[in-house]
Amino acid sequence: MAIKLDHVFYTYSEGTAYEMHALKDVSLEIPDGQFLGIIGHTGSGKSTLIQHLNGLMQPTKGTVSYNGEDIWADKYDRRNLRFHVGLVFQYPEYQLFEEDVLKDVCFGPKNMGLTPEECEKRAREALEQVGVPEEIFRKSPFDLSGGQKRRVAIAGILAMNPDVLILDEPTAGLDPKGRDEILDQVKYLHDKRGITVILVSHSMEDVAKYVDRLIVMNKGEKAYDAIPSEVFSHYKELEKIGLAAPQMTYIMHDLKEKGFDVDVHADTVEEARDSILHALGTRG
Amino acid sequence: MLRDITIGQYYPADSVLHRLDPRVKFVGTIVYIISLFVFQNWGYLLGTAFLIAIIVLSKVPFSFMIKGLKTIVALLIFTMVLNAFLTPGTILWQWKFLHVTEEGLIVAAKMGIRLVYLILGASILTLTTTPNKLTDGLEALFKPLKALHVPVHEIAMMMSIALRFIPILLEETDKIMKAQMARGADFEKGGLIAKIKAMVPLLVPLFVSAFRRANDLALAMEARCYHGGDNRTQMNPLKYERRDHIAYIILAVYLAASIIGRVLFKW
Repeated sequence: MAIKLDHVFYTYSEGTAYEMHALKDVSLEIPDGQFLGIIGHTGSGKSTLIQHLNGLMQPTKGTVSYNGEDIWADKYDRRNLRFHVGLVFQYPEYQLFEEDVLKDVCFGPKNMGLTPEECEKRAREALEQVGVPEEIFRKSPFDLSGGQKRRVAIAGILAMNPDVLILDEPTAGLDPKGRDEILDQVKYLHDKRGITVILVSHSMEDVAKYVDRLIVMNKGEKAYDAIPSEVFSHYKELEKIGLAAPQMTYIMHDLKEKGFDVDVHADTVEEARDSILHALGTRG
Repeated sequence: MLRDITIGQYYPADSVLHRLDPRVKFVGTIVYIISLFVFQNWGYLLGTAFLIAIIVLSKVPFSFMIKGLKTIVALLIFTMVLNAFLTPGTILWQWKFLHVTEEGLIVAAKMGIRLVYLILGASILTLTTTPNKLTDGLEALFKPLKALHVPVHEIAMMMSIALRFIPILLEETDKIMKAQMARGADFEKGGLIAKIKAMVPLLVPLFVSAFRRANDLALAMEARCYHGGDNRTQMNPLKYERRDHIAYIILAVYLAASIIGRVLFKW
């Protein structure tokens, strides 16, 4: 079992007038190799939740375990944990600081204590994985475009070869091609290397397309925890808590109401296409 | 952790002090500070009465006010101990070369009271006045200096913007720290040199971010036709009300009483 949360609570400014319950009694188990999606309205506790997964935040109540060990136990090395559970924050390009791209991506491996040769090897691999061409390696990170900066920042985490990769809205602010490239790359790493991936997103379409399991957060609590198509079948309730279902879900439901024998659980464009063609075929 | 820094914290409440013009409060604070240094002995009773009156009038919980004192407890004790031991006079207690004198104890007590009253009184200013009202008040009070080519408006604007950006930059620092910690940065270990080196991944992005924000803010202000202070009006210009005039009179009487008390009666 990779990560386990047991009745985790997190309260900001406990006991003061500004008290805010960000997480309320959240329990979940994330098995190795899962591709998990987390969605929720702004302020639902998503960012707070993922910062508990690599020990950046400590629960006010409850336990967080990695591979069976309580990460807040005495003498547990949380810095080492962060090399295994990599977290890419939202707008990660704001963390770039080194003289050139290669050096910046080396920061993670360097902190792990690897030799300079190994660091550079990992950095080059990671940059190749995110599609950053070699000409850019010696440029200053501040001279890059937004999309390139984003990729370099993600490479900075990939270079640590984490077993778990958490991405907080990795596609925010990117153009459609950039979004597809990054997510396809993450999917590839998941399938090829078997890493556990946790994707926090506001895009229902992205989530429907890539994840095996979807958790919906609402006001600090887990509202839903199931496979995507099951979660999206509750689209009316999702709307009430400030979310929605993928566009396909609405289209399929409308078609079904108009009399087409389509599968309302199809929530990606590919699934919908297949279902519609099938329905048209059987109509003759 | 970073959230707990309360620099000149404003406490929202509906009190007569909150409604006073910030200029009155500034002048009042200065008058109060002067009075604390004018008082000798019994004058402190007058000062205490004044302090209690404004604490009650401010409607700010006393427990909140005490928080500001926590930071100077060390300084307070240090000053008092120093005064107790180093003032010459009639010796009350002696051990080897250390001696405590009667005069020393009195001076220490007076110093202590002065410091505590000073901090409490000055914090009432920031507790009952929003940062923006404070800078408006300062700008209005220092306007006469414009004749001497002092850029009063620009300085006041700089102060407002700085105050506005403190919480934003604090939050940014927190975010960057966490992002670098997620890559294994360690801000705690090692000696001084190591700690300073570890600050680079924090300070570089922070500075870049601050410059970027400053640039964006300047563009945004210019896009709304900001061109400096000349002929610039305010949405809520400071205007004296009756309560402000009454407050000035009370302050004048208080100051006069303190000075007369000291001069005539050695209070």
